[in-house]
Amino acid sequence: MINAGTGNEAVEATQTFTYPSPFRAFWSGFSANRGAVIGLAFMLLVLFCALFAPLLGLHDPIEQFRDASLLPPAWYLEGTWTYPLGTDEVGRDLLSRLCFGARVSLLVGLCAVLMSLIPGVALGLAAGFFPKVTGKLIMRAMDIMMALPALLLAVAIMSILGQGIINAMIAIAIVALPGYVRLVRASVSMELGRDYVIASRMNGAGLLRLMFLTVLPNCLAPLIVHATLSFSSAILEVAALGFLGFGVQPPTAEWGTMLAAARDYMDRAWWVVTLPGVTILLSVLAINLIGDGLRDTLDPKLKRVA
Amino acid sequence: MSLLEIQNLSVSFGPEAQPFKAVDGLTLSVQQGEVTGIVGESGSGKSVTMMAIMGLLESQGRITADRLRFAGQDLLSMSARERRKITGKSMSMVFQDPMASLNPSYTVGYQIMEVLKVHLGLRGSALRARALALLELVEIPAAASRLQAYPHQLSGGMSQRVAIAIAIACNPTLLIADEPTTALDVTIQAQIMDLLVSLQKTQNMALVLITHDLAVVAEVAQHVTVMYAGQAVEMGKVPDMFRHPQHPYTQALLKAIPEHNKGEIRLSTLPGMVPGQYDRPTGCLVAPRCAYAADRCRQQRPELTLTDLGAVRCFYPISSLETP
Amino acid sequence: MFWYFLKKLILVIPTFIGVSFASFALIHMMPGDPVEIMAGERGLDAAQHAEILKSLGLDLPMHVQYGHYLLSIFRLDLGNSLVTHEPVVNEFAKLFPATLELATAAMILAILFGLSAGIIAAVKRGSVFDHGVMSLSLAGYSMPIFWWGLMLIMYFSVYLGWTPVTGRISLDFDIMPHTGFMLVDSWLAEAADPAGNAGAFRDALRHLILPAVVLGTIPMAVIARMTRSSMLEVLGEEYVRTARARGLSPWRVIVIHALRNALIPVITVVGLQVGTLMGGAVMTETIFSWPGIGKWIIEAVGRRDYPVVQDGILIVATLVIVTNILVDVLYGVINPRIRHER
Repeated sequence: MINAGTGNEAVEATQTFTYPSPFRAFWSGFSANRGAVIGLAFMLLVLFCALFAPLLGLHDPIEQFRDASLLPPAWYLEGTWTYPLGTDEVGRDLLSRLCFGARVSLLVGLCAVLMSLIPGVALGLAAGFFPKVTGKLIMRAMDIMMALPALLLAVAIMSILGQGIINAMIAIAIVALPGYVRLVRASVSMELGRDYVIASRMNGAGLLRLMFLTVLPNCLAPLIVHATLSFSSAILEVAALGFLGFGVQPPTAEWGTMLAAARDYMDRAWWVVTLPGVTILLSVLAINLIGDGLRDTLDPKLKRVA
Repeated sequence: MSLLEIQNLSVSFGPEAQPFKAVDGLTLSVQQGEVTGIVGESGSGKSVTMMAIMGLLESQGRITADRLRFAGQDLLSMSARERRKITGKSMSMVFQDPMASLNPSYTVGYQIMEVLKVHLGLRGSALRARALALLELVEIPAAASRLQAYPHQLSGGMSQRVAIAIAIACNPTLLIADEPTTALDVTIQAQIMDLLVSLQKTQNMALVLITHDLAVVAEVAQHVTVMYAGQAVEMGKVPDMFRHPQHPYTQALLKAIPEHNKGEIRLSTLPGMVPGQYDRPTGCLVAPRCAYAADRCRQQRPELTLTDLGAVRCFYPISSLETP
Repeated sequence: MFWYFLKKLILVIPTFIGVSFASFALIHMMPGDPVEIMAGERGLDAAQHAEILKSLGLDLPMHVQYGHYLLSIFRLDLGNSLVTHEPVVNEFAKLFPATLELATAAMILAILFGLSAGIIAAVKRGSVFDHGVMSLSLAGYSMPIFWWGLMLIMYFSVYLGWTPVTGRISLDFDIMPHTGFMLVDSWLAEAADPAGNAGAFRDALRHLILPAVVLGTIPMAVIARMTRSSMLEVLGEEYVRTARARGLSPWRVIVIHALRNALIPVITVVGLQVGTLMGGAVMTETIFSWPGIGKWIIEAVGRRDYPVVQDGILIVATLVIVTNILVDVLYGVINPRIRHER
């Protein structure tokens, strides 16, 4: 506080400033966003279920209890606590399938993001640093990829690669790639005109150093936000592929494939249809909330309108 | 009767428990056809005052006043609809940055004619003729072709002329100009200022000129109010106040004008800054920066006292000191 | 304006060629022997194999094949479906109106409700309505569209019985496909035979409403968010304050001064949603058994009807590219600054 004493002393205030560490500064901003914290809490729960699913004492997710098929959740009269969320059409325990399904979704999401992030950053940097020929070529290729709606492109890729979880990851990663390249290139282009880059160049910084140590760290904020949101998109896409029959194959538990099979039982067993979908919705919602929170915290330049 | 009567106006922002008074107990009158200058540094509350008068603060600020009258009408008790009949018509405002003040998606002509349509109900050829006449009045060359222009196609000076044209379109009795030349090139500033002054005379408007440039006020205005941190610290007539400033702050401001420092080695400056929300001192707000501050100044807040030259808010106005 | 459009069109030609190359490459990367696939038979002996290979032109070098392919595109001859043996373009022409009708209905709903919600949320910032809109729109683009469709079917069709589950119109009606747009055709049919086709239009509407809502949900959510944030930004601009200083009514300030500028970024977003719509149409058509091109392409992938897949992808990509150009041009119309820069 400026001490309002005699005239001249007011100007020479003795203050010591302690700047908080970057993580603390980030957390104080992030935690102020209630939605983001709730989202984070939920995702931690999902992560826990996914990581420790085999240890939780759940039923085997692909084991069929034929005499207990289409049982409603436990709070119904006909339900039982052996199968807390009921069973599906061939008697598999829904709760355990949801938990094991989380493993698939999270794994695919993570791998897909990494598989598109790393090449995306590399291509974006290349396009930004060499805009004349390389950049134009790369962006043109990205335009071509973006001309096709995500789902159709993923399906087309899957039809080449075949079915299965790994191919689904690859397909989703390819679909997400142009988004990253565009983002990184736009960031890089903007930063390249800044004085600190020119100063680094004048000091003799080599290309790799310029790319990764000078420019890239300043493009991280939108990149992190985008990565989070593409994680949630990946979860939606693997579920969509599963629903259409292209992704994970039965009997592996995956939220989307569960919905596909449940379609015929809509009129009799609402829980088989509702519960997997709700899980997808809540997970994606949670991640989007985290992404929004990250955006508000990490990039003060982005106009805050919420 | 004064055209604009402000008595004990206060504008507060922020939470009720800890309000920030951007304007504190301002009393001011503007007479018909006269030019009043409001002078102060950034943060003095001069813009907020006029925004409050115009009703542009909306829900952000809490406005209280003993009296707030324009042309005999009570602004405080008016409904929003009645207020809108005055705003832009009898009382209008020109802002600092003309490029930001004009809507970039509509032509100049549209924006002028809009005001004429809404307030005066003009239509058709009469509308267009009046718009053209206004552009010529603000000395824009090739006025007819400018009507189709978009704001980004005009220079800063031209845009400000357009903004002035829109402001005077309905022959207001009061024109408020909030730092109208600050955002313009130095060469254009004098032109716009001359334009404002000549319009003021020919349209017989009262002009309130908000500025931090004392020299302009000395040339153009008849009355001056000096504001500091939301309070009026001195009010007087031109040129008397400039010859015999009563408040130490006014004196310091005058001393800081480059023309008054001829032959000196260093420009005279005023140390420190206008206090913000959290460092308002107890006692006189100017005391931390005042060369003559005494103990009484740091403990009590002086009231505005009337003198024969105007008004001053100081325990030790300059004429009462032995040494100037 | 025309030259602006033409310039944009020319710039896009390389992209189009790239897409055609991609779809050409696609079919050649698919697993399986192309001869057997194209010929639709298996177990050919060497002589038959070689003959068919030649007749299909598959013995020519790749770049020549690609050249032929490009030419055939310009002749609008995209080959025949392996399943129905009909020309692909014919099947496309039959099915496309259905998708177009669905997508248009979805877009109209999305723009109507998304825009209004976004504007009101911005004007009444911080209110219950604002928070509600933000939460609902967040949920809207977080949800899997296929599940949402199933839920709505479960509730409105199965539980309440208000809407039908599948198809475009009830089989009771005999509708002549004049335009391919069921709303138009059913209206015409009802006009032509009031007794026999009574209620046809209403029935078509009932079939359309649920899929349109499902398909339009994500665009609606995105548009609402975008409009709100754009409106908030514009409302804070100086020219809005100046508009108020001119004594203009609140309606005029919001709709004429603020909205016009706020819509500029929203247009781009709306244009981008067309791509999302095409992708979402795949899902929606599958769930509601809506006979459009989305369902057609997906089924073709499953049945390994490669010409359909290849050309279907090409057509959809072309549609998206053309829409992007139109959006660019529209953007130039709305935003005078861009117009004068080019």
